[in-house]
Amino acid sequence: MLEIKQLHKSYPIGDSHLHVLKGINLLVKEGEMVAIMGSSGSGKSTLLNIIGMLDHADSGDYILDGLPIKNLTEKKAAEYRNKFLGFIFQSFNLINYKNAMENVALPLYYQGMKRKERQELAMFHLEKVGLADWAHHLPKELSGGQNQRVAIARALAANPKLLLADEPTGALDMSTSYEIMEFIQQLNDEGKTILMVTHEEDIANMCKRIIRLRDGVIMEDTTIKQVRAKQHV
Amino acid sequence: MVKIFGFLFDKDTWQEVQGSLKKNTLRSILTMVGVWWGILLLIGLLGSARGIENNFNVLFEDFATNSVFVGGGKTSMPFKGYEEGRPVILRLDDVKKVEENVEGIELVVPRIMGNAVLSRKIFSGSFNTTGDFPILNEVAKPDLTLGRFINQSDIDEQKKVVVISEDVYKQLFEKDEDPIGELISVSKTNFKVIGVFKLVNFGGPQLDVHMPFTTFQQLYNRGDRIDWMMITGKPEYNINQVEADVKLLLKNLKKVNPNDNRAFFGFNLGDRFSQFTGFLKGMQFLTWFVGIATLIAGVFAIGSILLITVKERTKEIGIRRALGATPIMIKRQIIVESVTLAIIAGFIGIISGGVILMLINNAMLNSNEPWMRNPSVSIGMVFLSLLIVVILGTLIGLIPANKATSVKPIDALREE
Ligand SMILES: Nc1ncnc2c1ncn2[C@@H]1O[C@H](COP(=O)(O)OP(=O)(O)OP(=O)(O)O)[C@@H](O)[C@H]1O
Ligand SMILES: [Mg+2]
Repeated sequence: MLEIKQLHKSYPIGDSHLHVLKGINLLVKEGEMVAIMGSSGSGKSTLLNIIGMLDHADSGDYILDGLPIKNLTEKKAAEYRNKFLGFIFQSFNLINYKNAMENVALPLYYQGMKRKERQELAMFHLEKVGLADWAHHLPKELSGGQNQRVAIARALAANPKLLLADEPTGALDMSTSYEIMEFIQQLNDEGKTILMVTHEEDIANMCKRIIRLRDGVIMEDTTIKQVRAKQHV
Repeated sequence: MVKIFGFLFDKDTWQEVQGSLKKNTLRSILTMVGVWWGILLLIGLLGSARGIENNFNVLFEDFATNSVFVGGGKTSMPFKGYEEGRPVILRLDDVKKVEENVEGIELVVPRIMGNAVLSRKIFSGSFNTTGDFPILNEVAKPDLTLGRFINQSDIDEQKKVVVISEDVYKQLFEKDEDPIGELISVSKTNFKVIGVFKLVNFGGPQLDVHMPFTTFQQLYNRGDRIDWMMITGKPEYNINQVEADVKLLLKNLKKVNPNDNRAFFGFNLGDRFSQFTGFLKGMQFLTWFVGIATLIAGVFAIGSILLITVKERTKEIGIRRALGATPIMIKRQIIVESVTLAIIAGFIGIISGGVILMLINNAMLNSNEPWMRNPSVSIGMVFLSLLIVVILGTLIGLIPANKATSVKPIDALREE
């Protein structure tokens, strides 16, 4: 599904550089559910953004589903993001003047799907996250958990192979977090590959594999027994 | 082409545009006000310039613009035994000679001027009088508001009739009184009023009373002397050349030094006319300049407003890019947005500009001294200004569009 070799990334800070990723090697197979952990500033988001083609690596190889991701034009990158990737952000990143359904339909719009189909599909996904009745509400009229579910529906809309989530439960209270995790686990059960950045051990334990970053490298990479979120709800 | 512009026929494009414009009301309104103001000014100014030009054309319509007045002055140089300072007197037969001998002449109209006290009942006033032939109609048609002008039988029979200006009418008659057929006294002789005209003046003395030439001769005992002649040139001839030829001929006839520039006075209406048209052209140019400068200033203002709001908008664009919007998609949406705003504002500008021109027109129609007539803009100009607006709209749109797509998606997303 995803293969990363000797990935480096540094940020210019004044005259010097902050070397954040110092040679990451990572292999993720289809159907995996991986938690990326590490202390604040260890480069978790940086890694996820590079995987999501929102940012570029300085050097190293990155192959996604057999496609080498290197020197892409922004147009190609946008197409790949649209086709292969779904994003879930800590702060939801919904467009605030669009209602839930329109937000979910947006990736489909960029795929060139017809309006009618798009709305039907968006409704289908909203139903899946249990928000069919809220389809015509604006983000500000929804709770944090509901907004994150809209964001999940949006990430799923284009049927991506890989779901990238940067602290999806970071802004939510515990019970809502578990609710969201339940959805994500369900998606993984259905075969979606999931990469998730998190701070919280209990959330990480709901994945199937935990990667720990430190000093710019993967310090620990363990396969665990998944804790089902349902037990906590 | 279809591929590039196909998105314009896509309902979704417009839904996106509408959504974004509605949500960002303040930004939309500010942008529109800028463009609206520029267009309004452009249309208003152009229309007014046109109105002034129309008015001017109508004023000149009754005048043969290809004409010159030549009259006798005093010599300023001695010649062939004559002292300087000799008055040069023109006579009726000079008119014939000019007509016969100068190339490119269409008409020569002799004119003679005097002064008289006009009175009627308790009213009286002093006015300039002229003796005229019906042919005056062809070179400086009086703008008759009542009655008729002098005709040939008036001339033949030396009738005591006058055509008076509205000023005379106002001074000698009560309001709404019908002057036609009424008698007024001109230098103590009774004359019948046959017509009233509106004064149009381009310099020179104000001529308020026309009477038949022959009557004038008799009344003032002038013999065959005339004061000046109005000469019109054939359209294909240069009026300046005609003027020079006429003066040369007259200098010859009157034994005036060929280099004497004071012996005859001349007033070249053709010159005046081209001065005026030059002035109007200048005004039109200035109008375009001011209008377009205003538009551009508006655009700069809008540009900076948009640039500020781009920051606020960057995050949204980052989200859209994360969801798979290509830079082209983002750019064209922002451009369509600003062009849409510009076109709507442009239309409102054109309509309100039209309304203002209509109001000016009404004011002018009701005014005693309209200095504009039918202020209007041509369809061509309307389209041209719309085109300018569309181009400017695209340019305005390009600034934020480029800015929004030049950063990495992640940098756009980080924007708060
Ligand atoms: N655009 C940037 N410019 C400069 N430095 C940056 C930039 N983005 C991230 N950094 C720095 O790189 C380091 C890693 O950042 P990153 O966001 O990947 O950390 P993180 O592991 O996600 O941390 P957190 O758990 O707090 O989210 C941090 O020290 C951060 O300050
Ligand atoms: Mg982070």
